[in-house]
Amino acid sequence: MKPPDFEYARPATVADAVSLLASAGGDAKVLAGGQSLVPLLNFRLAAPSLLVDVNRVDGLAHLTVDGSTLRIGATTRMRVLELDPLVRDLVPVLAAAARWVGHVQIRNRGTVGGSVAHADPAAEVPAVCLLLDAELVATGPSGERRIPARDFFAGFLTTTLAEDELLTEIRIPAQTARRWGFREYAQRRGDFALAGAATTVGIDAAGRIDEARIVVFGTSDRPIRARSAEAALAGAEPSADGLDAAATAAADEAAADDPRPDAAYRRVLTRTMVRRALEDAFGGSSDGHGEVR
Amino acid sequence: MPVAPIEVRMTVNGVERRAAVPPRLLLSDFLRHELGLTGTHVGCEHGVCGACTVLLDGAAVRSCLLFAVQAEGADVRTVESLTGPNDELTAIPAAFRDEHGLQCGFCTPGIMMSLAALEGDAPVEHEALVDAIGGHLCRCTGYRNIVRAAERAIGVAAGTGEEARDG
Repeated sequence: MKPPDFEYARPATVADAVSLLASAGGDAKVLAGGQSLVPLLNFRLAAPSLLVDVNRVDGLAHLTVDGSTLRIGATTRMRVLELDPLVRDLVPVLAAAARWVGHVQIRNRGTVGGSVAHADPAAEVPAVCLLLDAELVATGPSGERRIPARDFFAGFLTTTLAEDELLTEIRIPAQTARRWGFREYAQRRGDFALAGAATTVGIDAAGRIDEARIVVFGTSDRPIRARSAEAALAGAEPSADGLDAAATAAADEAAADDPRPDAAYRRVLTRTMVRRALEDAFGGSSDGHGEVR
Repeated sequence: MPVAPIEVRMTVNGVERRAAVPPRLLLSDFLRHELGLTGTHVGCEHGVCGACTVLLDGAAVRSCLLFAVQAEGADVRTVESLTGPNDELTAIPAAFRDEHGLQCGFCTPGIMMSLAALEGDAPVEHEALVDAIGGHLCRCTGYRNIVRAAERAIGVAAGTGEEARDG
């Protein structure tokens, strides 16, 4: 249970970090919070020749507002995401999601960018990135590019980042639909979710649903946007039957290709998590819901 | 060929420490094997059990998920810091003794350090204590006495404690 030998570098700039990644020819790993990478090293499931520690790279830990977009530096700690009033005001579903990440001790160290780049299918922040059409900003040897969340998560622990690219920022549009819900089920507090759901819902002056977004996570190789469930809700007046139908549609759509044992159980869990997230969105005040957990 | 050691300097329990360490050396092993501070326990070595929790610049973190080289310039506190100048117990370990908050004691140092992170915020909501303890596994106590010890040591905001819930 000790990590294999590796070379260690602690660059101070994004440019230096990128050139270190490029020089290692795909055999380097970015060390951010280390809360997923170090267990993989301790188990020797990963054995990179070089770790590029980005914790002291200048200008990567910011949390700022740019127009209606929240800009989150990649090394911002999860604990900051959970507690910062800016996040709670602009993207309350993200602050709620952050509470479900591991334990306090993990959130003190784990980073927002690390969670996104690690791309665990049961992770909370990637689910919210997909839900709100976040943009992921990456810098590589040939410059910066912005990747829409829907094009970023490519499969189990896999993203479309190149080996010599560093994720530097997560840009999340402020929630326009102010009703939201976030639910997940894990066997123990702090464990990875067996199934989870995130939703934002907007209601027009006539009381009809004018926008519904639903993301399911933990049931596939990546977070899944439940488009058919969203379509079923759009334009409707909120009703118990409508929420039931949407939850069933979301589970059919997002948990259908679950290859693991107990897929049927996960499908039921998914349906329940979507239903409860929607209940939270409709049941709470116009800006959020009652119970986080 | 082994990787060359890297110089690291940090403050541990108020004492400046310098060493040359291989990059792969975990902070938990640095504390135990290099400094002889064996109060920090190592359980799962993948961040789940919480036994190795220490304070890094005041925040509770898993020392098995940090490399010693990453603590360069940091202020580290371990369970050894929870004794007074004459080796007497300070508030947190005293509360664990008084409330029977430990049996075998393996998980105890980590839990006490997570609580030490809250000391400056006292009194805290009951939920914050549960959040802190939720990051630790204990196979002996069933947690109730740990929660009571935590409430006694840190102080819990009025109306949010075990008493209010039990009543």
